[in-house]
Parts: sequence; structure tokens; C-alpha cells
Amino acid sequence: MTENLTFAYYPGCSATSTNRAYDVSTRNVAKVLGIGLEELNDWNCCGASAYLSVDEKKAMVFCARNLALAEKEGKDIVAICSGCYVVLRKANQHLAEDPNLAAEINKSLAAGGMSYQNSIKVRHFLDITVHEAGQDAVRDRVTHPLTGLKVAPYYGCMISRPFNEVDDEESPRMMDDLIEWLGATAVLFPLKSKCCGGLMMTTQPPVGQQLTGYILRSAKEAGADCIITACPLCQLNLEAYQDTIGKTLDMDCRIPVLYFTQLMGVAFGLDKSDLALKECITPVETVLSSRGT
Amino acid sequence: MSETQAQKLGMELLEHIRGIPGGRSIDKCIQCGTCTGSCPTSNLMYFSPRQVLAALRAGMLDQVLKSNTPWFCTSCYSCAVRCPAKIPFTDVMYELKRMAVKQGSYPRRDPASAMVRSFSEVVRRYGRNAEAILVGKYYLRTNPLKILGQVPMVIKLLAKRRMAFFPHKIKGIDGLKKMLAAVGGNHEGKP
Repeated sequence: MTENLTFAYYPGCSATSTNRAYDVSTRNVAKVLGIGLEELNDWNCCGASAYLSVDEKKAMVFCARNLALAEKEGKDIVAICSGCYVVLRKANQHLAEDPNLAAEINKSLAAGGMSYQNSIKVRHFLDITVHEAGQDAVRDRVTHPLTGLKVAPYYGCMISRPFNEVDDEESPRMMDDLIEWLGATAVLFPLKSKCCGGLMMTTQPPVGQQLTGYILRSAKEAGADCIITACPLCQLNLEAYQDTIGKTLDMDCRIPVLYFTQLMGVAFGLDKSDLALKECITPVETVLSSRGT
Repeated sequence: MSETQAQKLGMELLEHIRGIPGGRSIDKCIQCGTCTGSCPTSNLMYFSPRQVLAALRAGMLDQVLKSNTPWFCTSCYSCAVRCPAKIPFTDVMYELKRMAVKQGSYPRRDPASAMVRSFSEVVRRYGRNAEAILVGKYYLRTNPLKILGQVPMVIKLLAKRRMAFFPHKIKGIDGLKKMLAAVGGNHEGKP
């Protein structure tokens, strides 16, 4: 890893409330790995897929303000939410490839005293962990190998789609590798990059429950003890609705669902509070007992 | 919308898609149906992804806009990465959503369009999402009685400290509002 690699850390809105555990565990494993994360000062919402569905230019302004803030600090952005990652990454690409758009957006940024020259990159913390910190650094920090723990890596959509630059768009491997580095076993899991339904869980509950339910069932049938994810909305969908889904689809779909950062922290021997494990809705004892403490 | 209006808007939409990165490939669609086969919700759509492009070419924009199709797209990008012609089809769906919102031609009380409109209002006001306010706005737009059904989930999340009631307003909110006002945007005024 490059010495003193420091990024502009972009937690995203959900990590400040519903998915605080993702933020807490990310900051703590980053410290162990020596990855510098400095929270982007006064960041705003990326606009998410929702703003893109309402107004394209204004959605672009939401992204561009964040990109401009990071550029001022001279650091690449690192997001932990796959939604934020894709939306910011997409805006960055459109601004780079369309000079007319860049000029128009810069004109609007100027109204708030800012500008953006397209000099930074947008990355996901999973990509940083696997490709910047890398195998040796991760293996070196494992104090409690998770021997015998079977883990289903759930990638969801937006880590490798539509930009297949960090992993395969259909069959990603980053978390599979990471699981092995932690001493655990990654199960083969056919639905690992199938959509969980996202906001459908709220807007069309029967549809969201079915999409999420199949993923839970696929993971269980693969013999997994737990699922890990790298996206807050996927995590909430997979974890918080298991009772309802179980009743609706008449199946047992109870299984612990953690962030990949929490699982890493468990293997690094971090305290439960450093990983906000108390905020998990599903019981995580199986996962903890695998490290023998 | 009259038929000629619909055709004109349909052509504008296709032209706009041609303007985005990779968008020109839209003219290479051979109706193979890979998009539809890859879509997790196409079985529920009135117009499947493949049919959307055929319908737009046939000048049937109005019917597509009034259908449930744009609002059943979860933006999973499976269609986009599998398309043999490399058509960024997810962006076509976004374009349809924006056009439907602009014209108010989403189904009444449609939940997904209510969600995106509520979300955009919240982030415009605070600069960040505020989940409690978002949920309130959303259910007022769709079915206020259903708020009661959310109580168990709210309690579950509160018990795990996973619910924030008070919004966080960013410090630079005035600057952000000026930037939003300055940009042309697809539609003037309130999006």
C-alpha cells in the first residue's frame, strides 16, 4: 500500500442513522489497516437514485458539490454505501466526458463559491480494502482467524455494476477473497449479485420481500452461518425484515447479516463496541464464537 | 397529451439518451430481449424493458409514461451490463421517470414516484436525508393509514439505536440552494 494513503471519507446519509454500525466499524478497521479516512467536511447527500429520477441536472449538482469539496482537500473520495459510490462515480464520469455539462455544472457551483476540475476519483471502501491494503496487510492483522465459519458474501448491484472496473459485474470476488483472508470460508452463493429490491421493500413490499427472501434462502441453502454486505440498504433489507419475509414466503430465513467491515473487525480482535455489534438486529453469537472468545 | 405531442416528446427523449455517455448505442437495439430476461422485476412491468424501446420507436411514449414500468425499475444495472449493444438501458428508465415526474403522469398515489419526490424535497431542504421526515412525507402522499403498520419496525430500529428523528442540516445549505437555483435543470421551478 502507498505510504500515508489518506482519503476523503464519505459516510453517506444512512450511515448517520439506520446504518451507524457500518460507519463505526469502517472507521475502526481502517485504523487497524492504516488506511487514512478523514471525513469530508460538510458533505451533502449524493442525491441517490431518487434525485436522478426527478431532475438530472440538480442531481448532478448534489454530486458535484461533494466532488468539489474533496478536490479542495486534494483527496479521492471513499464511499461505503454502494448507492453513494455509483451515483458519485457516475456523475464524475459524465462531468469528465461531457465538457458542456461540466461547464454548466461549474457555473452553478460558482453560485455557491465552488468549482470542480475533475481531478479526483470516487472509490468504494471494499475496493480500498482489497486492492490498496491488500491480502498481506489484511492477513497480518488477523488475530482471531474465523476458522470454520461459513460466510455468504452478498454484493448486491452497485459495487460492480455498471462500472466493472473493480470487480466482475456478474460474479464479483472481492468479498470471497476477503473472507478467505480472515480464515473463514466463502460459500458458493448463486444470488450473490442479484438485486435485493432496494426501495421496493417500502414502495412495493410483496416484491421487495420476494427478491430479498430468495437471497436469504439462497444463502441458507448454501450452508452459510452468516451473510456479509457492503451496502447499507441491502443490509437493512436482508436483516430487518426476516420475520415478515419468513411468514409471507413460508420459509425459515433467519440468518445473521453483518457488514464486511464488522466481520473483518471480529477477526482483527476488535471489541464488540468498536464494531457496534449491539446494533445488529439478528443474533451474531455464531459469528463471535467462531473466533473462540 | 396529443399523439403528435407524444411522438415529438418521444423523439426528444431518444435524442437526450443519445447525448449521454454510450447513449448512441440505443439505435443498435435489435430487440433480443436480454434486458428483459435480466431484469428482476420485468415480469411485473406493463412494458418490459425490450418493449419500452420498441414502444418509444413506435411513438407510444404516452402509454409508457402512464404505465408502471419506470417505477418498477430498481436501478440494478443488470440490463445495462448484459446488453450486447451496450445500451445503458438503466439510464433510459431514469429518463422516463424524470419525464413522468415533470409531466405529473405517474399513476395516482403511485408509491415509487411518491418516494423519489419526497426524498428530493427532504435533501433539498436539509442537504442530507432525514429518514423520519422522509417516511412521514411518503406515507402522507400514498396512504397515511399505513404509517401505523410501520410502528413495529420503528420500535425495532429505535431499540437498536438505528433511527434518527431529528434532521441534520448541512452548514453549506444556503450555498447548495444557490447552486440548485443556478442550474438549468430539466424543469424549472420545483422538480
